[in-house]
Amino acid sequence: MEQPKSLYELPPEPGFDPARAASLMTRHGHGGWLGLAYHAHGPDWMELALPWREELVGVAETGVLASGPMISLMDNATSMAVWTLAKRFVPHATLDLRVDYMRAAVPGRTVIGHGECYKLTRSISFIRGIAHDGDPADPVAHVTGTFMATSGTYL
Amino acid sequence: MSAALPPYADALGIVLDHDEDGLPVLCVDFSKRIEGRPGYLHGGAMSGLMEMAAVAALRAELERRGERMKLKPVNVQVEFMRGGTEQRTYAMGTVTRAGRRVALLNAECWQDDRKKPIALAQMKVLLSPDE
Repeated sequence: MEQPKSLYELPPEPGFDPARAASLMTRHGHGGWLGLAYHAHGPDWMELALPWREELVGVAETGVLASGPMISLMDNATSMAVWTLAKRFVPHATLDLRVDYMRAAVPGRTVIGHGECYKLTRSISFIRGIAHDGDPADPVAHVTGTFMATSGTYL
Repeated sequence: MSAALPPYADALGIVLDHDEDGLPVLCVDFSKRIEGRPGYLHGGAMSGLMEMAAVAALRAELERRGERMKLKPVNVQVEFMRGGTEQRTYAMGTVTRAGRRVALLNAECWQDDRKKPIALAQMKVLLSPDE
């Protein structure tokens, strides 16, 4: 890993480094296939990028992304927001996820998934987030959901 | 069912398995492409499979009615009930209500035991005449 060049580049806690975790989480499996990449993070939020590509299209005629990749993007971004807030990695399972589609993402544009954890209890984490394709004020989707810690607790 | 599956389905290996009373049952074999935490199916891939199945069910229903409609997803809610393991996964959608403007679809996803679904999805789709 590169040495941090300023305080701002330091991870929020030694226990969980979101950027490093993202690079691990997006190297293999479904996240890797989707091409998810670290974008940014804060104390209780995390952003991942989903670059557009032909294989992820849900309607061939329009080039609009399928909803599967969007759900995966938001599942991963919100999941990492939980660990960022908890300041450590806690194995967990997604209980539910609801996605409201404001509009179709513009074909060809990278979609940014902004996930936020707004409440941690011992066993359950509550998340929300948006997905946008360039302008966070004009999101393509809103997301809410919950995760459950499967071994250990968040707090 | 006549509608071809989209590029996303092709890329993941989602195919039509069989028809159940006119409703398409889709399936996908496990691969690294749809793996979430090691050894388990990614929830987003499960959701993607259920969305494909739900939309396929709606297209089949619209075809039976002889209606040509453009579909626009409004929202989707997914409940994850069991972890999906390294085996073939199935999904089937049902049209709970399709009016003139909006359709409510349900879908479920299972693996080796049809009676033990691993996830459920509920989806609303806006319909508009395709001219």
